[in-house]
This record gives sequence, structure tokens and C-alpha cells, in this order.
Amino acid sequence: MKCGVVVFPGSNCDRDCLFAAKLAGLEATFLWHQARDLSGIDCVILPGGFSYGDYLRAGAIARFSPIVEEVISFAKKGGLVLGICNGFQILLEAGLLPGAMLPNRGLRFISKRVHLRVENNSTPFSRGYKMGEVIELPIAHGQGNFYADPDTMKKLEESGQIVFRYCDAHGEVCDSANPNGSLGNIAGICNEQGNVLGMMPHPERATQDILGGVSGLVLFRSLASLCGV
Amino acid sequence: MGLRLSEYERILEILGREPNETELGIFSAMWSEHCGYKHSKKYLRLLPSRSERVFQGPGENAGVVLLGNGTGVALKVESHNHPSAVEPFQGAATGIGGILRDILTMGARPICFLDSLRFGPADDGIVRYLMDGVVSGISFYGNCVGVPTVAGEVFFNESFRGNPLVNVMCVGVIPDPHSMARGVTGDPGNVVMVVGSKTGRDGIRGAAFASLGLSEDSQKDRPSVQIGDPFTGKLLIEACLEVIARGLIVGIQDMGAAGLTSSASEMAGRSGTGMIIDLDLVPKREEGMTPYEIMLSESQERMLIVAEQEKVQAIMECFERWGLDAAVVGKVTADGRLRLLEKGAQVADIPVDPLVSPPVYDPPAERPAYMDEIQYLDTSKIPAPDDLGEALKRLMGRPNIASKRWVYEQYDYLVGTDTVASPGAADAAVLRIKDSGDAAGTEYGVAVTIDCNSRYCFLDPRRGAMQAVLEASRNLSMVGAEPIAITDCLNFGNPERPEVYWQFQESIRGLAHVAESLGIPVVSGNVSFYNECDGGKRAVFPSPAVGMVGEVEDVRRIASSAFKDEGDIIFLVGPMASGLIPFAGENSAWETPGSGAEEGGEIGGSEYLEMVTGEVRGLPPAAIPSIEAKVQALIRSAIRDGKVKSAHDCAEGGLAVAIAECCIQGDRGARIILEEKGRADFILFGETQSRAIVTLSPADQGWFEEQARNAGVPVRVAGKVSGEDDPLVIDVVSGGSHKSLKISVDELREAWEGTIPGLFDDDGDVNGGDGRG
Repeated sequence: MKCGVVVFPGSNCDRDCLFAAKLAGLEATFLWHQARDLSGIDCVILPGGFSYGDYLRAGAIARFSPIVEEVISFAKKGGLVLGICNGFQILLEAGLLPGAMLPNRGLRFISKRVHLRVENNSTPFSRGYKMGEVIELPIAHGQGNFYADPDTMKKLEESGQIVFRYCDAHGEVCDSANPNGSLGNIAGICNEQGNVLGMMPHPERATQDILGGVSGLVLFRSLASLCGV
Repeated sequence: MGLRLSEYERILEILGREPNETELGIFSAMWSEHCGYKHSKKYLRLLPSRSERVFQGPGENAGVVLLGNGTGVALKVESHNHPSAVEPFQGAATGIGGILRDILTMGARPICFLDSLRFGPADDGIVRYLMDGVVSGISFYGNCVGVPTVAGEVFFNESFRGNPLVNVMCVGVIPDPHSMARGVTGDPGNVVMVVGSKTGRDGIRGAAFASLGLSEDSQKDRPSVQIGDPFTGKLLIEACLEVIARGLIVGIQDMGAAGLTSSASEMAGRSGTGMIIDLDLVPKREEGMTPYEIMLSESQERMLIVAEQEKVQAIMECFERWGLDAAVVGKVTADGRLRLLEKGAQVADIPVDPLVSPPVYDPPAERPAYMDEIQYLDTSKIPAPDDLGEALKRLMGRPNIASKRWVYEQYDYLVGTDTVASPGAADAAVLRIKDSGDAAGTEYGVAVTIDCNSRYCFLDPRRGAMQAVLEASRNLSMVGAEPIAITDCLNFGNPERPEVYWQFQESIRGLAHVAESLGIPVVSGNVSFYNECDGGKRAVFPSPAVGMVGEVEDVRRIASSAFKDEGDIIFLVGPMASGLIPFAGENSAWETPGSGAEEGGEIGGSEYLEMVTGEVRGLPPAAIPSIEAKVQALIRSAIRDGKVKSAHDCAEGGLAVAIAECCIQGDRGARIILEEKGRADFILFGETQSRAIVTLSPADQGWFEEQARNAGVPVRVAGKVSGEDDPLVIDVVSGGSHKSLKISVDELREAWEGTIPGLFDDDGDVNGGDGRG
């Protein structure tokens, strides 16, 4: 399994994602935002950061970069795509995932560790988790307030596209455990086929005991185990 | 322009003629306090700057020290006080951008930021507006460039009303220090390039603005504040590190204060060369900029690079790939002059050496007449509280002591995946350095902190400065780190006033004494004078903020402050106030105990005293480096031995607050008995220094007591950690009397966590509204 971590101008979790992927035993390389060649890549990671400065709207400009055009056709052919934080925002802007991101409910940037409940462990990214498992991952974003119209929400719920929800330490999905106002406490969703995952929390930041836990490493290990690594 | 008549006369002498407008602007900027250090240079030399670890001492854009495995660590702190006072968001944001470039200039990858912030009283709406803007500005810039903001301090006091202090520090890593970059020009003939953003009309005269006192009129100086663009800042990091790593450059310097003027003249000055710059070639944001404006612009995210001719093409390509401007603007010359061309005509011609050697002043210094009055404290007039638990709860909710979670949760403190001890978790932040491990699987890291108690500094500038170094090093030791380098940010009022200059001199002597005693070199720093309002009627409390870096040999062996398990033994390490009495009169002036020691606790200058009486008064706690060094060494070595389960120093609020914080962090109660002579409130809330609360499992009690005996450190068993739902109970047994404090940990947490968010929630408009009233 070979991962390509996209480097946009303003990406700042690119190096972290590469480090985490390698830690999980994956082969990993950087992909420049102006590149169009995805040959040999099995999984594209769109990392966190502030692509192109995010001065217009998070992910709004990255969506038009050459690499994202390639990622769109790569995903449509069934290639694995993981968008983390700003990467999730880009996937929404690119139409690979439904919905949109609004500024956080409290209008402030939030950086802290949160609890998540695993709602779908049948995606290639989440197969290492138990169904309903409560994990802890850090978030760090100013626009992570997921919104979708009622029909889309219904579809997301019914087709099991919600992969992670914000919850409390006991696994209860409640408003007090919702850090940013996301509809349905949504922290991460996938497409219908399950090959595209977008999530606001940062799995690459929870990959070693010295970093406070390894909940995030499980996600990268899930990808690695797809090819028996 | 802020030049004195005598300085103007000297310029006439240097040039042998009248300067034109551009030349005068250049002199005025370079000879401003901000760039020229003319009131501080003489005394800064007193600070020790050598140790076997120092790779680059003062004089460059940042200092560099070496870890045991040869990795270079660059550190620097800088103030952005005046810009933040008039435009808090951009002022703080560009402070972060500027300090980032100082580290970057050394060829170091920035690994973290710290912030040391001081504001007026927290109940003032304008103070909240300033604090909200400053924190948002740091969050905006720091988060975007992907460098974690991991530690800092926030202090509130009347003296900072109208003149907040915004000090920001950055630490970077150079894997191979021999590839370190410098701000030099190399040989004549080398090419001078401006890279990064285009030059605009923002921030013109910023350095001069920073060198004057603030007044009502300062609002009109808002155009002197630069505008930050963290996106470009991030690109600049990657592009600069790339050209440095590929060996493409000869020298590089940040275009910070006084922009092109200071970067060009300082680079030439260090190298004994000159420079000729064609201003028509500088990439500009707007039309019609005059030579004066181009030279004095403080547009952000720019660097000056000197390179050999044959490398220029490769450098241009690199910056182009990152979407940044890069332009050849001139050449290094042998004539030792800074010459500027516009449309082919020479518009300035200044000898570099005198330009970078501003006059040095040693103005009169005088101990203020009010010192005796403010150091006097009649302890008998301090009312004793009826309920000690209630007093502790009130203290926990004081803005100076309350949790700063509201601040640090707006900072991305985990980006980079190296943050091992996050803000709030331990006395210092700890960062791992990737790829620095050895075969045994250890991982090297650094611990970082920044500290200063401005109240102590006001009451006794020498003691206060000493305490700042002692506290910073103590905070590093509490996580198990060995302190290895200091960067200091010296914030004072107008140095031309004798009492302010006395405060400055005393502070420097205090810093130098402790840095020397503990063997920690000062490798970089910044001086910020003229921090005052209302035409000099009100100066800030002297605030020499001490930023410090420590070495962690193995990041898996560190301590946090949270109590861990029920039954763990709670040790009080270090002296009680009564233990200091023998020092009185025997040692130097700063080792005499602070006010209240005879009654059980050094209460002078304490948070408790201010809470109860509303006054900042008395003699602050004794500063005794010899005791401090022993206490810290004992705790460091016990942490490295893997025996310490928690460690937390006693600072503002004293013993009781330190214990309460360990309880809150660990979600555990505690049962403490203190047998001690004196008043219970003084014993609990006095701020005697060189102390820490350390827990070990009962099995290690004897071992630790023996270690302490061997090290000659006073330790005592103060009590035990209790269970999750248990309260904090402290019995103070003093002679025949017995006083008890009992309070639930939840109640303490509520007071501690609730205060700062409460300041902002009750005024939801601080974000959007102007807030200036």
C-alpha cells in the first residue's frame, strides 16, 4: 500500500501525515499540488493546514488545483482518499463528499482532545476499530461545524456514511460533547462506496504513547493491513 | 523623527554634509532604541553568554545551543508591545511572524512558540478587547504557519492598563549546526536579493514608533502596525529552509523592524562590507513609493538574501516554485558604504560602520524614593480569613492564577506531532525532536517555558529578576529537563527617567547573578523601553521575562503535575519560610526573607496579599540560588530515575494553590498536615520560592528521603493523595492552634476553570464590536 500525501502551499500537517503513515508500516511519499501523476499510489491523503491560506473559505481554492482534479477521477475509479481537517474541507468543496463546513459554533479556533464514537467500521480506514468503540483524537480547527440539508443528512444516516461522531468519555453522543456545533455531532463521513473518508480530528496526532495515545495509529494500520503489512 | 540634537550633529559629522530625507530616516531607524539598543547595550554585557553548549551567542538573529547529541536549538524572544496596544490582532500576529523569521534566519526549523502576555485588570472591557485580539492574532498566525504554540503566561495588573506587554518566543531545531545560516554578506561582488512578499507602505517607521511612550495620540499610529500574512510566512519557511539546506546562500536576514534599512546595514556591518541597492528593482505592492518609504517599510514576510552570482538562478527557481517573489536588488561592495540608487541616481550614501554603531547612553539611575514605602508591610493589619477553604477557592479564581485553558485552546499546540507535554499538563511544555533517538530507543527533546513575576520586579527589581530565572529553571526541572539556555525580553518604561533606569540596571544585575550561579547562558534577547502611558505618568511594572530551554534526554521520562494514584506520598521539597530565617543578615541583601516570613509565610508581593488588601506591597520572597540549584537537581534526577509520579512548583498562591492544582489536574483529593509556626493563611498562601510538590509511590518514600539527605535538600512528607471523590483537606498545626481547610476538588476546579471564560462569555460582543467604548 503506497500513500501519497498532497503538499498544497499552506499545508502544515503534510509532514505529520507522512510520519504517521510510515510509522504504521505504509510506504509514503509527497505529492506536489501541481502534479498530475498518481501512478503507483493506492491512497491519497489530503492533510490539514491552510491550503492557499484559506483566505476565501477553507478548501475553496485547493479544490481547483491540478492534483485535486486528478484525485477526483482517482476517487471515482475507487482509489482510497483520506481528507483530514483542511483535507476534509477540500473533499467537501470538491464534491467528493456531501455537505459543507461552517465556522465553529463559538466562532473561535478550537484545539483540544475530544472523544469520538466509531459508527462504521466497515470502511478501509476504520476497519481496525470496534463498532461503537470510543476513541480519543485531537481536533484543531476554526471551521469544523458540519452542515448538510435534511435530505443529505437522512441519506448519510441511512447509508451508514457517518464514520465518527463526537461523544463524551462514556460514548454518549450529546450536545455538550459537540465541540463545534456539527449537525448530528458528525466528526467524519465517507462516500457511499466507502473509499473516500473526510474527518476533522487528526489521527496522525495520536500515533505514539508519548503523544498521549495511539487511537489514530489504528486508522493508518487499517490501511496497512489491507495489504497484509 | 525621534533623534536628539546631539545625534543629528553626529550625523552631520559622519556624512560631512546635511543628510537628505531618506538618509535621515535611515539614521533615525537604526539609532532608535528598538534597533540600536542605545540605552541597554552597556549593561547587557553583564549577562553571561558562554557555556560549552553555546554554538551562537548574542549578536545574530537568534542564539543557538547544542543538545548532548549535537542537535542545535535556536531560541529568541521579542516584544510586540506597542503595535499590540493600538491594533492587538495584527500587532500580536506580526509579532509571531517576526520571531518566526528570526529563528528561520538561522536555518532552523521552528518547532514551537511561547507567549508571555501582560494586561490591565481583567474586569476592564478594553483589557478584554485587547486580550481577545492578542490571543486571536497569535492563534491566527501561529496556527496557520503550522508551528505549535505550547506554553506561556498571562498576567493582569493595573500597571499594564493601556500598555499591554506581548512577548513572543520561538524555538527552532538545526539538525546539523554546522549548516547554520548567518546574517553576513561574504565577499564584495556577491548578489543581494529581496525574497518573499512585495514591499508596501505598511509599518513605515514601526521601529521608531516602538521607541516612544504611548499616549492618547498613539491611535493615529495604527498605520505603523504591520499586517501579517501567515500563508506567505509558511511558504517563506519552506523556501528559505530549502535554499539554506541546499547551500545556495551566503547570508540571510529577516526584514523585520526597520525593514530593508536594518537588514542591509546589519548584514554589511557584521561583515565589514558595503552594499549598493537599486530601489527600482525591489518588488513593490504599490506605485510611487519614495526611497524613504521603501527603506523604512516594515511589510512582513520578507527576507534579505546574499548569494554568489552563480547560485542566483537556483534561488529564483526555488522561490518561484513556492509562489514567492525573489528579486536581485543590488551587490555587496568593498567600500563599507550603504548606497541607494533610484532611476540611476544615487539617493543615499552612508558609511555602514557608524550607522550600525549608534551612540551608547548610560543615563543617570536612581533608586526611586517610593521603594521604602512600597516595601514596608505591616503584617498585623492583614485580616485573617474565617474560612481557609473559601480563601483558597477565591485565590484559585483570581485571573492571575486561574486556568489559561481559554487561551491555549485557541492555539494549535499539537501540530508537528512532537508535543509530549501539552499546555497546562506540566510546569513546562516538552517537545520531542524527531529522528534524534539512539539505538536504545530513547528520544531527545526540549522543555520550554517563559516566566516573570512582575509584582516581585516592581517591589524589588533585582530580586524579581532573580526570581524570574529561578522560576523558569524550576519549571524546566519539574518535567525533568536540564536548563541550558536563556532568552530574555526586558520590558521597562522610559530609560531616560532615573528610576526606570535604576529598575533596568537592578534587573540586569539580578538576571546576571542567577544565570551565572546556575550556569545558564543568555544567548539572545530583546529590550523594550518606553512602555508607559499618559505622557510618562504611568510606567509598566518592570518585567524581564525569562524564556528558557532545557534538554530532555529521553522524552519518555518526564513528569507532569497531576496527582496520579490514591495513597501516593506527597512531599514538600524545599524550605518553609521559617527555614529561611537563619539566612537573615548573614547573606546578601536578596537572601533576606521576604515580608511575613516570621509569621509563617513570605507574603510580600503575593497574590494572596493583593486579594486580601488590594495592594502590591512588601518585600518579595528571598531569592537563594544555592538552595534552588539543589532542589532542582534532586527532582530532576529522581524524575530521570523514573520514580517521580508528579511534580509541580510552588509559585503564585503558594503551597495551597500548588497542591490544589495537582488535585484538579489529577482529579484526586489530598490529605495534608502541616506542622509549622505562624499564621495558617501565611503558611498556606505565602510564596516562598525554591519549593515543589512531588509525589512518589509509598515504596519509594525511603529512597527519596535518602536522596534528599545526600543532596542536602530539606524535604518533608506533607500527606497523601486521596481518591477521586475525596476533598482536599489541609490541617495546619501551629503551636497549640489547629486550623483546617476542607474543600471539594470540583469546587476548586469550577473557580479555577471558570474565571477566564467567564470574562468573555458575559460580553459576547468582544469579537465583533470595536470594544473601545
